[in-house]
Amino acid sequence: MPDSALVFEGVTKTFVAEGRTVSALKEMDLHIRKGKVTGLIGPDGAGKTTLMRLAAGLLLPNAGSIHALGIDVVHNPLEVQSSVGYMPQRFGLYEDLSVQENLDLYADLQGVEPALRPPRYKELMHMTGLGPFTRRLAGHLSGGMKQKLGLACTLVRPPRLLLLDEPTVGVDPVSRRELWSIIYRQVQEQGMTVLLSTAYLDEAERCDEVVLMHEGQGLGHGTPEYFREPMRGRCFHITASSLSKRSLQTRLSKVAGIVDAIIEGEQVRVVTASPGLPDLSVLGLGPDELTTEAAEPIFEDAFIATLKGKQKEDDTTDFSAALHTPATDQDKGSVIDVHDLQRRFGDFYAVKGINFEVQRGEVFGLLGANGAGKTTTFRMLCGLLPVSAGEVHVAGHDLRRAAARARSRLGYMAQRFSLYLDLTVIQNLRFFASAYGLSRAKGKERIAWALEGFELAEYASANARDLPLGFKQRLAMAAALMHEPDILFLDEPTSGVDPLARREFWQRINALAETGVTILVTTHFMDEANYCDRLVIMAEGEVLAQGTPAEMKDRFRSADHPDPTMEDAFIGLIEEHEKGREDAA
Amino acid sequence: MTPAAASFMRLRGMIRKESLQILRDPSSIAIAFVMPLVLLLLFGYGVSLDAKHIPLAMVVEQPDSKTASLVGAFNRSDYFNPLSFDSIQDAQKALDLREVFGIVWLRNDFSQNLMSQDSAPIGVIVNGVDANKARITTGYIQGVWQAWFESYAASKGVKLSQPVALEPRIWFNAAVRSTDFLVPGLIAVIMTLIGAMLTSMVVAREWERGTMEALMVTPIRIGELVIGKLAPYFILGMGGMLMSVVMALWLFDVPLRGSFWLLSAASALFMLVSLGMGLLISVVARNQFVAGQLSLIVTFLPAFILSGFIFQISAMPEPIQVITHLIPARYYVAILQTLFLAGDIWPIVLANSAALLVMMVIFLGIAWRKTHKRLDA
Repeated sequence: MPDSALVFEGVTKTFVAEGRTVSALKEMDLHIRKGKVTGLIGPDGAGKTTLMRLAAGLLLPNAGSIHALGIDVVHNPLEVQSSVGYMPQRFGLYEDLSVQENLDLYADLQGVEPALRPPRYKELMHMTGLGPFTRRLAGHLSGGMKQKLGLACTLVRPPRLLLLDEPTVGVDPVSRRELWSIIYRQVQEQGMTVLLSTAYLDEAERCDEVVLMHEGQGLGHGTPEYFREPMRGRCFHITASSLSKRSLQTRLSKVAGIVDAIIEGEQVRVVTASPGLPDLSVLGLGPDELTTEAAEPIFEDAFIATLKGKQKEDDTTDFSAALHTPATDQDKGSVIDVHDLQRRFGDFYAVKGINFEVQRGEVFGLLGANGAGKTTTFRMLCGLLPVSAGEVHVAGHDLRRAAARARSRLGYMAQRFSLYLDLTVIQNLRFFASAYGLSRAKGKERIAWALEGFELAEYASANARDLPLGFKQRLAMAAALMHEPDILFLDEPTSGVDPLARREFWQRINALAETGVTILVTTHFMDEANYCDRLVIMAEGEVLAQGTPAEMKDRFRSADHPDPTMEDAFIGLIEEHEKGREDAA
Repeated sequence: MTPAAASFMRLRGMIRKESLQILRDPSSIAIAFVMPLVLLLLFGYGVSLDAKHIPLAMVVEQPDSKTASLVGAFNRSDYFNPLSFDSIQDAQKALDLREVFGIVWLRNDFSQNLMSQDSAPIGVIVNGVDANKARITTGYIQGVWQAWFESYAASKGVKLSQPVALEPRIWFNAAVRSTDFLVPGLIAVIMTLIGAMLTSMVVAREWERGTMEALMVTPIRIGELVIGKLAPYFILGMGGMLMSVVMALWLFDVPLRGSFWLLSAASALFMLVSLGMGLLISVVARNQFVAGQLSLIVTFLPAFILSGFIFQISAMPEPIQVITHLIPARYYVAILQTLFLAGDIWPIVLANSAALLVMMVIFLGIAWRKTHKRLDA
């Protein structure tokens, strides 16, 4: 096809790992149109990164042909590498070189004429906003700035085809918006073709075209509208006056004919298997209690509907059955009390005197960009990090005096799941049972509970290293719940986990909260903020706002923005904060 | 831009980047300069295979002028620190407690025997735990005894009972200072460290931090990548060599009898062999820990133990001697010791250089072939 910048024909790629052959791509066909932004979207392990690497000539396919810009990638990788730009997932910035030196290196490697450099540098620095930091070492930049510098290095000589592997992962919403605007400017000004993979489904809407991938195969290719169209008449917003949004969601997800039910704002968003709502009388609610209205389909609906159809049909798991009842002897009230909490590292204030309280059975969120102080706050609440000043009461215990006693009441799931990767699932569970000092009989009972409730039994003797990411997350959560804590701390629990696993994870969290466990969670996925009862938004060690998700969004509701998202609210708050700081200065 | 100009620009970019990283990374400076310095000081001052100021128990059962003159001879020797003991029992106790290393025992019939038989036996007991030192000590004691006896005989006009006396002469290192052969040999160890360890670790670091993947999807060619990596570390290694030579000559007073230029040429050759080993390791090891351990075991320890730098190769068991031929440092140590202590002995230098050349071609050749711009090698 003459108007294709990248063509895959019947491409198969297999890897051999520990005697097993894994197919990453299965006879994949792909035509990426010139001058468009195409998004590559799929769950973990769909083969997105393998596809990117094949296109860049970093891997050899087992079968099939790949042409990039008309060049045979298999036979002429060097020629391809001279005309495409590629940004791997972890872009290789040299952290001990300055911003300018990184740019110079890539300009040298890409053969940019010395005379053309100053104007190009100026343009890139202006676009990325890195102008004032050219002499700073790349290692001292924030996550979002690093990613922008990586993109600038890839663009130092404008490539005709730009391959970006998850460029926005782990980047705060403000930087994400900036990255997207840089990408679109390149497409408009240079006529560049862009292929990017992403785990954020809302980003699919920003692409000209979307390729949906699953298990090494393409499930569809078209405009976002092409994917949304079949979903028309299958999406609804439902509220029930007599039920909390969380119990409504739990019940709706069990109704036959409903593919997906998630909390969105104050309503539950439902996707059905076929047009029209199924019979909701099974909920046992009166017609006046239930309000339903049709909703505009979004790409995410199509994604979930397509992929859920592909998965084995055992979505009847009753998550609440797996859960325990925590000690509810104490009456309702705040279980976590934070007053003027501070944490200093030398002269640097990581947390600058914050206040909030968390009620029993609440799902409470801490939102913020990297470096906002979320993890530091968390570690202080868990008694892992001493408090510099202020008061913290957890489960009725003063953390400064009785940290150990408070700790026995809480479970903690760290970022990146602290599991022993060389131990099997059952060995990991046994270890955590003994680490929490459970008796032999109790330990046995809890391990059986974990294997059943988290559906880990079939993996019981597999090493944690070999588990799919979603299962690692389940195992980590089971480990954190071994001792039946009253409070569960989750630090970035869904980072890097694909949308399907994220949904399932939140269903478990909801069921847990229904039984009275208090949950504190940090996240940088703005849509997940909707699952929280209340949340605080943090920036630079300060709390910018606190309240329910609806209250946050209300602040930014205006005539030309009638329905702001959580992301709009977040960006608005950050901008207000920065403006306030400038005014003060 | 012509292809040659573009190639030069890429190479320049790589070399500049690599140099900046060396300058900013304290650990590479430490491996290149601080570790050699510590090794040189340790081996130059701390480790001595010579026996000097050996504590020696003197037991004189019947002191007179003759015994006093013999004890005086021991006192004057640089090799001994004689301590006087009254009885052989006391001296043995001191030997047990490691207060002395050996005993010289002049029995009460010493002077008598000397008068009547033109000679007199002396009793010598040496701690044999350290066999090497024991051998050297008995040799020295014999030397002192013989020298004293000769001068005694001359003064008395007595004809020597031994008609022929052995007169050993030691060449190349007449003072038999171990520093003189340890320090040149150490240069081989230091260059192995910089060449293999540092190189393999910096390549592994690129894999660890994900910079390698980004680097591969640039128009850079394998040759440029390899040369861009090698050139800065070649210079760093030669700097380490120069520092070691300067310290050897001016701090440890090791002579350099051969030509400095020949030494530099041989060192350059060995540096390339070493860098080749480093690159080979980095083909296998993609994280810094494995790269460090592997280069320690595969290059550094053999260079230490099997190169003849400390341990005599001809004294090793036959199979081990065969293995030493696979250790590049062996050839370089031979060249170093020859150039420093003997001079420009061409046959030795050429033969060993030829071996190094072959190894360089093999190592760099394999490394070149095995380095792909692909992730699935």
